[in-house]
Amino acid sequence: MPQPLLQIERVSKAFGKTLAVDDVSLEIAGGEFFALLGPSGCGKTSLMRLIAGFESPDAGRIFIDGRDVSADPPHKRAVNMMFQSYALFPHMNVAANIGYALKRRGLSAGMIGQRVRDMLALVRMEGFEERRPDSLSGGQKARVALARALAGEPKLLLLDEPLSALDRKLREEIQFELMQVQRDLGVSFLIVTHDQDEAMAMASRIAVMRDGGLAQIAAPRRLYEKPASRWVARFIGDANVLDACVRESVAGQIQLEIDGALHLVVDGADEAFHPGASVAICVRPERMNLHAERPLTGNVLAGEIVEIVYLGASISWRIRCDNGAVVRVITSSGIDGSFERGARAFISYAPDAARVLCR
Amino acid sequence: MKSLARRLVLAAPLLWLLAFFVAPFAIVLKLSLSRAAMARPPYEPVFNLSDGFWGLVESARQFTFDSYSLLLSDWLYLDVYVSSLRIAGLATLIALLIGYPLALAMSRAPAHWRPILIVLAIAPFWTSFLVRVYAWIVILKDEGLLNHALLGMGLIAEPLRIFATEGAVLIGLVYAYLPFTVLPIFNALDKQDSALVEAAMDLGATKTSAFWSVTFPLSMPGLYAGALLMFIPAMGEFVIPDLLGGSNDLMIGRLLWAEFFSNRDWPMASAAAIVLLGLLLAPLLLFERAQSREADT
Repeated sequence: MPQPLLQIERVSKAFGKTLAVDDVSLEIAGGEFFALLGPSGCGKTSLMRLIAGFESPDAGRIFIDGRDVSADPPHKRAVNMMFQSYALFPHMNVAANIGYALKRRGLSAGMIGQRVRDMLALVRMEGFEERRPDSLSGGQKARVALARALAGEPKLLLLDEPLSALDRKLREEIQFELMQVQRDLGVSFLIVTHDQDEAMAMASRIAVMRDGGLAQIAAPRRLYEKPASRWVARFIGDANVLDACVRESVAGQIQLEIDGALHLVVDGADEAFHPGASVAICVRPERMNLHAERPLTGNVLAGEIVEIVYLGASISWRIRCDNGAVVRVITSSGIDGSFERGARAFISYAPDAARVLCR
Repeated sequence: MKSLARRLVLAAPLLWLLAFFVAPFAIVLKLSLSRAAMARPPYEPVFNLSDGFWGLVESARQFTFDSYSLLLSDWLYLDVYVSSLRIAGLATLIALLIGYPLALAMSRAPAHWRPILIVLAIAPFWTSFLVRVYAWIVILKDEGLLNHALLGMGLIAEPLRIFATEGAVLIGLVYAYLPFTVLPIFNALDKQDSALVEAAMDLGATKTSAFWSVTFPLSMPGLYAGALLMFIPAMGEFVIPDLLGGSNDLMIGRLLWAEFFSNRDWPMASAAAIVLLGLLLAPLLLFERAQSREADT
């Protein structure tokens, strides 16, 4: 990896007695779309404010382009932010808002005007120069906020829950535009969000935060398919987490015992599991199959159907296994065989559909 | 029934305005158009409802603009207006220069301190206004506390002559109305989204330039309101110039008092009051215009 654009080195920050950011290290490469994902209060916003320079770390260092900026005030950092409330200056028109950063640098009015027009074209808001922020719709405000944050050509753009104020349809539209702008400009984006769909859709890598620390950093697909812990498995999407006991573990092929039955899981697990160890497996609902008859081979769980929800394209099932665990299965709505509530059913999953997690 | 209730609700403030603003104003206006007379009451014509409608019309025919023409032609009166404007304007300026940093500090104080600071700002009102003005006499006069302290410290060789000067009037006015300047400015600063200043700093502004480009312009409505709340009462103030000022520091308030009670020229006093009202309406209208322009854009 060449020199990362942003490097966070063992950064901690406490507010009073709460440790908001707890010994976090991460790196973001140039041109990357990175997401900080976590429930509210997990420290993601604090971490972003540390990067922007609104807070200074109690411990650790922050590098931008290899330079230690830990002690720099916000205006000295090549980082700009798109605020959750957009924070457009209400007493300035759109052009003055977008040109604000350039004016602070003492650029000529002509150059500022040209850049403002370019930025407005980028966010498809040509002709809005003279409008006041209060006369703009939510989506227009978001676009102006994006244009304003990008006008100063930052190396890294921070986006603080930028879509949370928009309705669903608009959110998808702006989401798409953000991705397009990011690709076109090649600027690194760091988005903070609690919405996993948003993070999954936009980011090339996601850092999941919990209680001020990093739970996992991975690409969206890996995060979903190979969660690092039970907590991540449950936080990202729907997960069936089942207790298991290791019988044998050879070269990523793990034999487990679940509820008295033998299961085989092929997990490119980084760690070896000792026979007899108590573990858990995580299987996504859509990676499970439903059968009326017990399959002769493979990984099988048996139980009783307790809930059937028809969702159009798919059907969601809840099955109470014989050991008491409730498992959610999602099948296509074209599933063969008739199943009724209370009927006995069998669940199977492929060896590579599961992830083995330490307890 | 509902609409009746609604009308009653609407009528209450209207009746209030009518009884305590429009009616007194009409009486003063009528007085200002009358002629002074050695009589009880000391003016004519006197409206007498028993004369009937035409009697009232007959009385109204005796109205005269004599008081106004005297007011506008005599340099003494004009001088009083000009010096009132000057003193009130100066006091407003000083109050803004002191009040704005005060309000700014209050708005930047930790959240749990703010209510206490607001209470402290209005705490002087818990003591009688008159008592506080007398206290200033004790402080400012030649052998007062201030001069004692300064002489004692050896900072001055002889007592400063502050009491009974325009300086004392300014001190009194600024002191008395400072809270009215501070609170609207504080309110305007307090309700500003702190993300705006962060955004400015994020976009390359230093703390100073963020203040002048964002915080200050956004606090202008509070600044206007604070200036008006200082300027308007200062213009008509009577007690402070009377007690702290010298005999030469005539302000409109003292003029009104003298016309009413010493000269017993009620029409003249009323005319002076009406002109004062006109003078005070001008900045109010400007403020209104600025506000509605703000709302339009």
